[in-house]
Amino acid sequence: MSLEDLYREVILDHYRNPRNKGHLDSPDAVAQGVNPLCGDEITIELNFDGELVSAVAVSGQGCSISQSSASMMTDAIKGKSRTEIETLTKKFRDMMSLDGESDIELDPERPGAVLGDLEALQGVRKFPVRIKCASLGWNVLLDALAPTS
Amino acid sequence: MIDLSHLKADFPVLSNGVHFLDSGASSQKPIPVLEAMDHFARTSYANVHRGAYQLSVAATEAYEAARARVASFIGATDEREVVFTRGATTALNMVAFGWGLEHLGPGDRIMSTEIEHHSNLVPWQMVAKRTGAVLDHIPMTDDFRLDLDAYEKKLGPDVKLVTVTGMSNVLGILPPVPRIADLAHQHGARVVVDAAQLVPHSGVEVTELGADFVAFSSHKMLGPTGIGVLWGRLDALEETEPFEGGGEMISDVTLFESTWAEIPHRFEAGTPPIIQAIGLHAAIDYLDAIGMDQVFQHDRELTEIALDRLSDVPGVQIQGPRGMEDRGGVVSMTMEGIHAHDLATILDDGGVAVRAGHHCAKPLMRRMGVTATTRASFYIYNDEEDIDALIRGLRRAGELFGLGS
Repeated sequence: MSLEDLYREVILDHYRNPRNKGHLDSPDAVAQGVNPLCGDEITIELNFDGELVSAVAVSGQGCSISQSSASMMTDAIKGKSRTEIETLTKKFRDMMSLDGESDIELDPERPGAVLGDLEALQGVRKFPVRIKCASLGWNVLLDALAPTS
Repeated sequence: MIDLSHLKADFPVLSNGVHFLDSGASSQKPIPVLEAMDHFARTSYANVHRGAYQLSVAATEAYEAARARVASFIGATDEREVVFTRGATTALNMVAFGWGLEHLGPGDRIMSTEIEHHSNLVPWQMVAKRTGAVLDHIPMTDDFRLDLDAYEKKLGPDVKLVTVTGMSNVLGILPPVPRIADLAHQHGARVVVDAAQLVPHSGVEVTELGADFVAFSSHKMLGPTGIGVLWGRLDALEETEPFEGGGEMISDVTLFESTWAEIPHRFEAGTPPIIQAIGLHAAIDYLDAIGMDQVFQHDRELTEIALDRLSDVPGVQIQGPRGMEDRGGVVSMTMEGIHAHDLATILDDGGVAVRAGHHCAKPLMRRMGVTATTRASFYIYNDEEDIDALIRGLRRAGELFGLGS
């Protein structure tokens, strides 16, 4: 497993130019998460239009993996329903083998066909200490979507 | 240039070629230390200070010989001043809770510094909260030194205790502890030194340091984990209550009350880290055979080379002093546009082991305006090849992240 597989151009692009960065004027839901081991921080703010996520903003600081994963995630969930986001989260967790054996099949002939830019993060799986970086934003998203937030 | 290259073969972990630059977190163990513990466990092991049988007597003698060895290594005038603990953190907590809860109250101030490791900050926050004392800090100047002018102004009769690191685990600087202690004593304050980095890398003469308590760990000085030392001047230890109760630390026990054993045993409740004490003894013998002045100079020579070569790597910013004045073998750095954890992953790919993160010194990180740094720390088994590998890794990181060459 080479470093080039970990630090793909699309990851570095999201790291340098994070999408949906900033804050919403009046968010319907806010959640924050920290990785106490390395200090990475991510805050997710959401607006809903019925069941749909109509707007999302992310802020925080940390390594290229945590920040690019969160950036890609915000792109992927905008305009999606809660159910669709749950399915997407499941696919992402499967790709990272976060829930044990993965049953997701990415198509090597058509990169991005299943999870879009997020597929670039599959290289992280081979660097176990960095998987927590990739999943931080997703855990925060789940908190933001929880009914109590 | 001091040549310690003959020592590298004593460290089995390094035989796979790893460039181990994380001794500030924990050091590797040489064969004589491993063999001493193995031999003791195979031939002389029993619990200490209780059995009437020969094996226990032999174990007790070996354990107490380790105490005497520590005392001579740090220049303690009395072996009773050496308390074995679980590590530097426990030693600092023993002072915070054993001394602090007894002698601090509302209106008192505890003086720490902005550059401390969490282990010399959090216990004092806990004790301040319980006693009503106020926590204050010696600030850091913009050139990464403790601001002694500010310290002098802050001192007053309400300052009951001053606690300071002997060597910063992030900056590598060596604060002028004798001067800090002298000023504190003029105001009647007790002085604590977190010597977790100082003792392994420069050694210490406790009588010259001027402190009342000194804490350090075995695992950062070639010894095993699970044991550390609290040195306390006898009069300071007499003011200190035991932090833990249990076996071995009592003189008499009734159903309702107890009296304490003599110093230092009253501070060593329960079965102590016996095998580890034998390992620490061997580690001290190993370091003393090299000579702590040689160890210190070797670390400093590598640090000077590293600082010089790092200045040529595009994007690298030294976080801490760039000079060699009053510093030991630690260099912290950041790299423009690359987070410390990405840097550590890339360096690891080239076989270079460094620490990345806040180094258990989050207040210092905030003071420096960074969230994380990458730290290289040097010890006796490191050489210029390790620095070569470090520089190669940093350049590669720059290339991967498009920083140019």
